[in-house]
Parts: sequence; C-alpha cells; structure tokens
Amino acid sequence: MNNGHIIETHDLRKTYRVGKVDVPALRGVELRVKPGEFLAIVGPSGSGKSTLFHIIGGLTPPTSGRVQVADLDLASLTDAGRTRLRKQTVGFVFQKFNLLPNLTARDNIAVARYISGAKGAYGPEFEEVLRVLGIEKRLDHKPNALSGGEQQRVAIARAIVNHPAILLADEPTGNLDTENSKAVLEILRDLNQRLGQTILMITHNPEAAAFAHRTVRMRDGRVMEEA
Amino acid sequence: MTTRLVVENLKHKPMRSLLSFLLIGVPVTLILTLVGLAHGMSESSQQRARSVTADIIVRSSNAGTTINLGSAALPEKFVTYMRTEVPHVRMAMGVINDPIDLPLVMTGIDQDEFNRMTGGFHYLGGQHGLRGPDDILVDQAYARQKKLQIGGTVRLDNHPWRVVGIIDGGKLARIVVDIKTLQNLDSASGKVSQIYLKLDDPANTPAVVNFIEEHTSLHAIPIEEFVGMFEVSRIQGVNEFLYVIMGIGVIVGFAVVCLSMYMAVLQRTREIGILKALGASQGFILRIILAEAMVLGIGGTVLGILMSYGACWLIRTFVPASLPMIIVPLWWPIAGAVTLVGAGLGALYPGLSAARHDPIEALAYE
Repeated sequence: MNNGHIIETHDLRKTYRVGKVDVPALRGVELRVKPGEFLAIVGPSGSGKSTLFHIIGGLTPPTSGRVQVADLDLASLTDAGRTRLRKQTVGFVFQKFNLLPNLTARDNIAVARYISGAKGAYGPEFEEVLRVLGIEKRLDHKPNALSGGEQQRVAIARAIVNHPAILLADEPTGNLDTENSKAVLEILRDLNQRLGQTILMITHNPEAAAFAHRTVRMRDGRVMEEA
Repeated sequence: MTTRLVVENLKHKPMRSLLSFLLIGVPVTLILTLVGLAHGMSESSQQRARSVTADIIVRSSNAGTTINLGSAALPEKFVTYMRTEVPHVRMAMGVINDPIDLPLVMTGIDQDEFNRMTGGFHYLGGQHGLRGPDDILVDQAYARQKKLQIGGTVRLDNHPWRVVGIIDGGKLARIVVDIKTLQNLDSASGKVSQIYLKLDDPANTPAVVNFIEEHTSLHAIPIEEFVGMFEVSRIQGVNEFLYVIMGIGVIVGFAVVCLSMYMAVLQRTREIGILKALGASQGFILRIILAEAMVLGIGGTVLGILMSYGACWLIRTFVPASLPMIIVPLWWPIAGAVTLVGAGLGALYPGLSAARHDPIEALAYE
C-alpha cells in the first residue's frame, strides 16, 4: 500500500475514441483513499466519475497516468490481471442492481463465491451480514420476486461475500425510493463501521453523499474540490 | 454452479430450449432411422436366406457379388443337373424372384420341393400351401401393409392373385406364388433366378462349390457367404448414404446451436457483463456457453432417440413389409457424438464472442 492509501491515482487520464474524435473523460485525476474510508464522489453527468469508477474497478484500463489499487498498478495490468482484480479485490454495487435474473438471491451470492474460487458455504459471520442486510429470509427468491430495496441489498451481499478490499457503489440509491435509499445507505455505513470496509460511492444525491466520511467533487474529468 | 447457471438459463427460455432440442433431435432421428432400416432389411434378408437351411446357393456367374434378386437367368435344367450330377447334393430347389416394389420381391417356388428342403412355412392363417396356379401366400407384415385377407385378391405384376394363406415371413420370402405361373408372367419359362442346394453333409460344401465352379459356368456360394452379402457394410451405397446423413447431422447441429446460442448470447449480454464484473474470466464465460450447447446436444440426442422409436412405430404400422426397421442402440453413441460435434462447433463463435464482450458495454446493454 502506498503511503497508507488503498487507492491512489496520479495524473490519471482516460480518452475514449468516438468515431474519429478523441473524447477525454479523465484529464489528470489525483485521488487518495485510505483503507476503511467511506468516500463519496459527486459531480454532474459527464464529469468522469463513472470512468474513474470503471478504471478503479478494473473494468477498463487507463490511457495514461498512475493508478494503484491495493498495491496493484492497474496501468500495467493485462486483461487477465484486471479480471483477477475484480475477482479478488473489488466488489461492485450498481444502480440497476445487476442481479442475474435466472438465479435466486442465494445463487447470485454463490456465483460470486464460485467465480472467486471460494469453496463451500460462507461462514457464520456472513450469515450475520445477511441478517444485518435483512435478506436472510428472502434468499430463495429470484430477483423478480424481490423489491428494489431487497435486490440492492442482495447486490451488496454479493459484492462483499468475497471480502473485497474495496466496495465500489455506482449510484446505489439511484433506482430506490427515499425509504429504501436511506436503508441502503445506512447499511453501507454500517458495513464500513462494522467491518472496516473501504467504500467508494458515486452519487448525484447530496443527502447520500452525506453518509460518507468524505466527499470529492468531479468536474470536466478532474477532481475539483473535497468536502 | 456451472450446471446451475446452464440449467437455469435453459429453464428461463423453455420454448427456445425445446425448439433447440427438437431441431437437434431431427438429424439424430434421421440417422437412427436410416441405420434402423438398413439393419432391419439386412437382418430380415439374412434370416430368410438362412432359414431355407440350404448349404449352397447357385447363381448365374454374371450375378457377381451383388445381390441380384431379379433376373431369372439360369436354365431350369441346372436344377436337375445339380440333383443328378453333382456329388453330395441331397436336394436342389430352383426359385424365381420378381421384384415388385423394391425391396419387396415376389418369389416363385415349387411348394413340394420347398416343403422337402425347408420343412415348409409356418402358417398363421388360411390353407397350408399353394394349390392353384393363382394362389398366393403372403406374410403377416405384407398382409397388414396391404390390408389383405384370406380369400381376398391382390393384383401384382398385372395379375390377380388369390390370397390363400398368411405365413410367418421369416423363411425365404414374404410373398410366395407358384413357380410356373411366375415364370410365364415373366416370360421366363424354364428359367430360375437361383438354386438352393442341400448337401448330405455341410462339411462337403467346399468340395461341392469347387465342383460346380469347375464343371459349369455357374457361381456357387456357400450359404453363410451369401448371407454375409446382406451385411449392412457390404450393401452398396448404404455406408456412403450414412456418411452424408451424418454430415448433414453435424451441419444441422452446428447451425441450430450456433443460431440458438448466438441469440442467447445477445439476450444475455448484460448478464455476461455482470459475470465479468464479478471476475469471470473469458474461459469461464466460454465454458458456460459450451456447457449449455452440450446440454442442448445431449437433450437433442435423447429426444432424437425417442423420436426414432416414434419413426419405428410409424414404419412398422404403415409399411411393415416394405421397410423392416429395427432399433439399433449401438448407433446411439455415434449419433450422439455427431450431434455433440455439431453443437460444440456451433457454440464456439457465440461463446468466443460472449467471452470477448467488453464488460462496460455489456453492463450498459438494455
């Protein structure tokens, strides 16, 4: 870990090629996140926060610059290396929940364990997490039989079942009503406090950002200010 | 977990899965039906030839090694010659064959000679033996196929025959008439198609064969060798036809699975993105697609086997005499392998395409 940071970027740049035009999405992002920190990233659409999320999560490589995640230099990782990162180091929570529709909640969690190479059932401490998430009695239902709030809680359970170093949440309350949004944010804060889980959350919602320890604002592909 | 993913995927779109099973099963049924027909015809021909209990069959030399049932090329005097001049021959019986609707053949016999050599037919109904020149004996399969009854008339070779008996078709022929009448109808008076010889001792077969080959221009074949000519592998064209059908099976399996899995991959783009976000490797994604294709292939094979029983039932019900089909379980793994090869090849392109999906684009797919 670099200087005690679990995530560290320096002059991080990402340029997408759209047709014949280069579109810069990140223009030199500087960001540091400590282990156990709950960080919110806010900013308008097109500010580059999703691109930053994708790079830190190993879904796409950076164009240039340095990005260290849990001691791994993501700029030098191959596709297989980024696959390993997603398998072992990061967990994702998406706005649209992204549960596999054909599998039950239990199997959605199990598939993440299976892909990570974990053997057998999860331990009693994860049973406790399921109780905290309030889904322990809903595990045998498929996503279409679960409410949005329940689906997002299953997605959170799936994201942390392999004990990732970092939980990446992209607008986790974007598809939820106020009550469920609050419940999900409290769960994230609880996981952060109870398990020391590092969380990086993208949100448009200032009320959601208020649940984090720290908020950074992005604009035009750069981190502009910290709150 | 791979199994669970595959099974749930198949259950999620049951109609797509069922149609895939059905389409993959059709070439399996085709292969098994063709094999069943070839083996059925082969076995029933072999059984009929063996049950005559002759030791040697004599044919004209130009019949060669092909199964020439049609031509009446042997002068009938050779029957007498075999009886009187060839050592060790205890009985000789000339028959005339007249193909009416291949593979069906009407056979002309001398009832008394036939009874002496073979012990006679096993009768299931009607009178025992041909008595009048227009009498005809048919086996139960032909009677069922043509809805013939004792006392009824059947027109064959443009001649009205009176059905006088129903026989068990396992001996010599399915349709039997008087040799003289058939010789006249075929303008082959005094000619026979082949001569069956029964020896005083089967051990003398090689000596008798040599004698006939040396002293006549005829071709003498030990009965077991003759029976061997009906082996499926020796029937001209059958193997080539089977290879063509197997090739079609591979192509159909390939096309069905390729199309089915391509559609499935398109429909599941987002799910593939989810799996990739969870850390699934390209190999993992490819393995799931191939496993699903294998399940489709195995399911299609099982359905194809079941449908081959259906085809067998239909054939035995409607054309039991013309197409004596049997089920050949030995060919199930071959038909299955043909299908799985097609399915595996068909799944490669969609599988590789899915494995190479960009996870961000896949997750954004609606």
